[in-house]
Amino acid sequence: MHTKFSSEDIQFRDEVRAFMRDAYTPDLARRIASDKTFKDAQVEWEKKLYEKGWIAPHWPKEYGGAGWSIAQKFIYESERSAVGAPDVMPFGLKMLSSVILKFGSEAQKQRFLPKILSSDEWWCQGYSEPGAGSDLAALKTSAALDGDEYVVNGHKIWTSYAHNADWIFCLVRTSKEEKRQQGISFLLIDINTPGITIRPIVSIDGRHTLNEVFFDDVRVPKENMVGEPGKGWTYAKALLTHERSMAGVADSKRDLEQIRQWASEEVNGGQALLDDPTFSKRLTDVEIDLMALEFTELRSVAKAMKGEGPGTESSVLKIKGTEIQQAVQELRMDIAGYYGAVVQGELSSHEVGHDFGSSAREKYMYGRAASLYGGSNEIQRNIIAKFVLGL
Amino acid sequence: MDFDLSPEQRMLQESVSRFVQDAYDFETRTKVIAADAGSDDKLWQQFARLGWLAVPFAEDLGGIGGSAVDLMVIMEEFGKGLVAEPYVVNTLLFGGLLGQSQNHSIFSSLIERIIAGELQGAFAFLERQSRFELFDVTTRAEKDDNRFILNGEKTLVMNGAAAEQIIVLARTGGKQCHELGTTLFVVDANAEGIEKTGVRLMDGQKVANIQFNNVVVSAQSIVGAVDHAAPLVREVVARASLALCAEAVGIMEKLYTTTVEYTKVRKQFGVAIGSFQTLQHRMADMFIEYEQAKSLLYRTVCSIDEQADDIEKNILALKVMVGRAGKLIGGDAIQLHGGMGLTDELDVGHYVKRLMMINTMFGDADYSQKKFAQIMAA
Ligand SMILES: Cc1cc2nc3c(=O)[nH]c(=O)nc-3n(C[C@H](O)[C@H](O)[C@H](O)COP(=O)(O)OP(=O)(O)OC[C@H]3O[C@@H](n4cnc5c(N)ncnc54)[C@H](O)[C@@H]3O)c2cc1C
Repeated sequence: MHTKFSSEDIQFRDEVRAFMRDAYTPDLARRIASDKTFKDAQVEWEKKLYEKGWIAPHWPKEYGGAGWSIAQKFIYESERSAVGAPDVMPFGLKMLSSVILKFGSEAQKQRFLPKILSSDEWWCQGYSEPGAGSDLAALKTSAALDGDEYVVNGHKIWTSYAHNADWIFCLVRTSKEEKRQQGISFLLIDINTPGITIRPIVSIDGRHTLNEVFFDDVRVPKENMVGEPGKGWTYAKALLTHERSMAGVADSKRDLEQIRQWASEEVNGGQALLDDPTFSKRLTDVEIDLMALEFTELRSVAKAMKGEGPGTESSVLKIKGTEIQQAVQELRMDIAGYYGAVVQGELSSHEVGHDFGSSAREKYMYGRAASLYGGSNEIQRNIIAKFVLGL
Repeated sequence: MDFDLSPEQRMLQESVSRFVQDAYDFETRTKVIAADAGSDDKLWQQFARLGWLAVPFAEDLGGIGGSAVDLMVIMEEFGKGLVAEPYVVNTLLFGGLLGQSQNHSIFSSLIERIIAGELQGAFAFLERQSRFELFDVTTRAEKDDNRFILNGEKTLVMNGAAAEQIIVLARTGGKQCHELGTTLFVVDANAEGIEKTGVRLMDGQKVANIQFNNVVVSAQSIVGAVDHAAPLVREVVARASLALCAEAVGIMEKLYTTTVEYTKVRKQFGVAIGSFQTLQHRMADMFIEYEQAKSLLYRTVCSIDEQADDIEKNILALKVMVGRAGKLIGGDAIQLHGGMGLTDELDVGHYVKRLMMINTMFGDADYSQKKFAQIMAA
């Protein structure tokens, strides 16, 4: 057991560091942060990673993966987050690809993986429905075979970035079975197919990432079904363990460093907030939790690289990762004080007080969702109780 | 000892709660805050007619001389209805400074207009650097014969966009964070040298950043005593804090009851989600925290009406409790509503944002706890 880097690792670190410094320009950062320019800028960023061969390091090498060691993955994530660069959009590159690689046909791999890899096609996740949130197996959106096509009818909700996406991967019901899970299939749908309507949902951060997606007699070629009809639940669960394993450790680490900096600059009656024992206790509690989670994640990655998992430990990563993110958001909001309440750009174009105030609030408010999406933290605890502890 | 409201207080409570039910649903509120002024003059007139604007003022000023309990009753109902009208700023801060100053008699016509619903005012205390230290003041008022010249900047002045008159906390002597050497001036919002920039806050309020560039104010516009603003400011801010905490308790009641109702009707896995024990315990905790906050509120209100010697300590404790309980209740209200809780359309998130705003006002939970510790150690 050891955590030392080899000399090749150090060399790799220097290479990633130099790349991040040059490729992630302040201008790009600004455009990614703005709703109006987000998509184009994010694609621009992902293409830089694609050209470097770093966009999907976890994929098998033959499909464009990087074949990195656990140390290299760790180094990459640390260097990426250190400059504040965003992770790639997860829907295609992390979620759907894991299903296609494992369960998809050769034709589907050829058709979909290259465009996911080059960030030319964006995906969104059509799982949840109004009546099927935590109880996902209650989903009603139906797909009935008619000749060579499935005809899809139904209503998905909370579909993040559907308005930016080219494709949507959906869980649909293809038959009514005794066990609800058995009638579910996994279908890939071009989001521009006639019969699809997307309606925006404004979230409590005042922004638009969420949508409702309505399907009205939408015709989808039969060959867009992944794997076997009725097996969608198994595939969906495999995808969810990937979604849940994204604990955001590297980003939280960087956020905490920034918080330390801000708290040292924020003064109250002559005393820096960082020197306030109450604040310091809260900050260090989170730092300690994160030190532990970093190694929980590394242990999980090490296991995964031996072909085991990610299994139920993904629920641990999901719960602790999101609790830490939310604690980070709360600290940031509290540092901002009154200025965290400012809705920037509503009436005035000036920044008022702290320049991070408005985004602190947006992140805090939207961040409440982290304990919901990917299966709520209550559901994750149920999973641990049942499948890990055998209760 | 008796924790019941008097018949008059029950009537007051009913009158505010009826207003919220009849005239202030969530849709109306959304419209009011979206409008340019950020508040609605017609509603404000109604407040005046119903006598609510007179409650905080002494009888010899034309008010009702209401108690802290009266104020609590109004504010709790405002909280439940998420009333965005600037009651606290206008009557308790602006009006409170005028009415409780030792030279209040010269402001009687302004006070009459506040009570009649004809005057909007503001209290400009916050500065860029001051965070929660009320007397971290760099805005300067230099004496020049019989007048003063104001220079500086006040940020996020509540009701500052609509206010006709603004009371400014300025430095007339002493060092940056010293209490001594601070003075209050009441200034016409349209005076020469005043520049306002409107800003919106997360709870829908319209506030303003205000620059003072060589603004000339007469010595007659001094509220209270020169260099000695601190005792008056402290007293008035304490009362406003109490009112905000009462509002917060109303919000918490609304949030926990709304959440309980939602979990009774939202079904997953074939049953109401309220039947899951883990959620039941969460809601039981929301209820416990609400009850605790309400108890501290009663304790504080009684100490004020009885002029006890532990008012400051009680208010700080209440502020800590409201901040802490607010985070728990607000967070769980969203979490238990699932994706719905994340939408701008549902009122839950708006109640939560107002709770967050109240936590920040005049010092968040951490700050208040530090002050509380100092009092306990003294
Ligand atoms: C910002 C955001 C982005 C999202 N993005 C997507 C997306 O891109 N694609 C997609 O398909 N979905 C997405 N979702 C949906 C998300 O997965 C669901 O919100 C989540 O599964 C919860 O479902 P629900 O909202 O219906 O809440 P409900 O299932 O109604 O849950 C309400 C509350 O009850 C609790 N609860 C439910 N069942 C139990 C139980 N058995 N035991 C204990 N507690 C329980 C929940 O934890 C929650 O606190 C997103 C959600 C949000 C908020």
